[in-house]
Amino acid sequence: MKKLFVSLLMAPVLAFAAGAELHLDKAPDRSGDVAALQNGAKVFINYCLSCHSASYMRYNRLQDIGLTDDQIRENLLFTADKVGEPMKISMRRVEAKQWFGAAPPDLTVIARARASEFGSGSDWLYTYLRTFFRDDTRPTGWNNTVFANVGMPHVLWELQGEQVMGEDHHLKLVKPGKLTLEEYDTMVADLVGFLKYMGEPVGEFRKSLGVAVLLVLAVLFVLSYALKREFWKDIH
Amino acid sequence: MAASNFEKFKSDGTLLGNVTEWVDARFPLTSMWKQHLSEYYAPKNFNFWYFFGSLALLVLVMQIVTGIFLTMHYKPDASLNASGVPVAFASVEYIMRDVPWGWLIRYMHSTGASAFFIVIYLHMFRGMIYGSYRSPRELTWLFGVMIFLALMAEAFAGYLLPWGQMSYWGAQVILNLFSAIPFVGEYLATWIRGDFVIGDATLNRMFSFHVIAIPFVLAGLVVAHILALHETGSNNPDGVEIKKKKDEHGIPLDGIPFHPYYTVKDIVGVVVFLMVFSVIVFFMPEGGGYFLEYNNFFPADPMVTPPHIAPVWYFTPYYSLLRAVTYPLFGIDAKFWGVIAMGAGVVIFAFLPWLDRSPVKSIRYRGPLFKVLLAIWVICFFVLGYLGVLAPTPGRTLVSQICTFYYFAFFLTMPIWSKLDKCKPEPDRVTFK
Repeated sequence: MKKLFVSLLMAPVLAFAAGAELHLDKAPDRSGDVAALQNGAKVFINYCLSCHSASYMRYNRLQDIGLTDDQIRENLLFTADKVGEPMKISMRRVEAKQWFGAAPPDLTVIARARASEFGSGSDWLYTYLRTFFRDDTRPTGWNNTVFANVGMPHVLWELQGEQVMGEDHHLKLVKPGKLTLEEYDTMVADLVGFLKYMGEPVGEFRKSLGVAVLLVLAVLFVLSYALKREFWKDIH
Repeated sequence: MAASNFEKFKSDGTLLGNVTEWVDARFPLTSMWKQHLSEYYAPKNFNFWYFFGSLALLVLVMQIVTGIFLTMHYKPDASLNASGVPVAFASVEYIMRDVPWGWLIRYMHSTGASAFFIVIYLHMFRGMIYGSYRSPRELTWLFGVMIFLALMAEAFAGYLLPWGQMSYWGAQVILNLFSAIPFVGEYLATWIRGDFVIGDATLNRMFSFHVIAIPFVLAGLVVAHILALHETGSNNPDGVEIKKKKDEHGIPLDGIPFHPYYTVKDIVGVVVFLMVFSVIVFFMPEGGGYFLEYNNFFPADPMVTPPHIAPVWYFTPYYSLLRAVTYPLFGIDAKFWGVIAMGAGVVIFAFLPWLDRSPVKSIRYRGPLFKVLLAIWVICFFVLGYLGVLAPTPGRTLVSQICTFYYFAFFLTMPIWSKLDKCKPEPDRVTFK
């Protein structure tokens, strides 16, 4: 227990010592862009949702981004039978842990969890998904500049192509993928936009409700202030 | 004035009148209404600082009401569900997504925790600048310090419940502090956790503390705080006793009935507070990572220590006091003395009524010594709070040690400097323009 405590106290120190500045690219804002979010949902469900669950997210919640139950059922419903079910996966966690060293985390709130003083969670994800590079020392053959020694192989490599780490510590594309650089960045931006939406589906509504609430409170302020003045005018 | 001194209600023959008379014969309804509201005379010169008492009450009620609804869907269960997520963590996300308006109730509760501390810190500071803790209000102040302590315990227990990484590791750091106590520490820490590590037993007992034990204590203390206040009457920005000057009916000349005057005034305060509160709830519920820490969106994982463990902002000044102590004393670990410093940092407020020897109460009539020393103390408090968020470095530790020294020196030397200060004479009556 004492050792644990010492390591706990040391952890922040070590982190600070190793805490190199993390440079993140700014993720393009996709909030409210229904077409982009739908594309992001498609990419997420096709590429991510076989290993990663999004177990707090129900398929029919995608109505938020302009899809009908029928569209969801016909195009996106791969891991469940009913649109009301959450986005779970069939891969067993024990096996996943044996294969990758760590079971792939649930991604529902990943865009909120990855926020830090270096940038938003979206920035982190946008950078992370574009900075995989070939590394033969890793079991998967892949490494990442943002997430060192990551357990996940580069799932989108067919689209992006293969990058290597140059001597100048910059990534170089050595084998092009199916998409051009711009197309790949746009697709990742859509995917990250979807992850951000999924992190808090109510986010957009929350802000619009906030405006209404503040307007009501502004009216209440005028009324309550007038009431106060009316009562207090006899106090000298 | 004792409750029985108020006249009982005489019915005017209407139904409402008859009912009131019937109740009054059996329960002190009218006399309580008069004693605490319509004939409770408060000084007429309350300023901005006097909003925070009623706001604290508002936030308490809001936390209790939102808490009741959260408890209906929250599950204090550390076991993993089929997707490998702790049930407690998943139940919070269930509230955020599947419970109608659950997101609003949850954000109100999480923002309410920070709002509670902002309001309480301002309320306590009001007491410090206007000498509200001085005789005859020592008991009101002591109940207040106990409320502050209970509130910290309540916030700590509540922070474990979402069962995220910061919940888990923050609790790990704090609960392990008990093991610093010589001889019995390890046993005590195990007894408090209910296990050798933080686990399901810890989560369940913190849930029990958070929803039953501490709120019960808090409610009782709040009633005692208000009863004691209404016995002595409120202090005011001039720090003079309004009860010394009364009219022929025994009503203080500078007093006005709390209802309706301060009820209508406090409603304005409530509306302004709710505007600020709504800006956070609706536009920045994470409060920049200070109200909801980003790392807490990762479920608790005992195998992964986060790179940086920072307590929530309202604990950081005291966390800095804890970390500032780095020397072992009398053969006992520095950690133990850090715990003592942290506890003393809170408890020392309780001694204020007896440490302060100034002839006047209010900052308006106190001398430059008080103003300067208090200003430095406030700066130290903020610096300690800021450093508490950051990882320690030798330089930061030194700064926090200087601030810690000053924090305590301010209180401990108060009996000397509060007497030396050049005070201005207090007026006979309150100033009211």
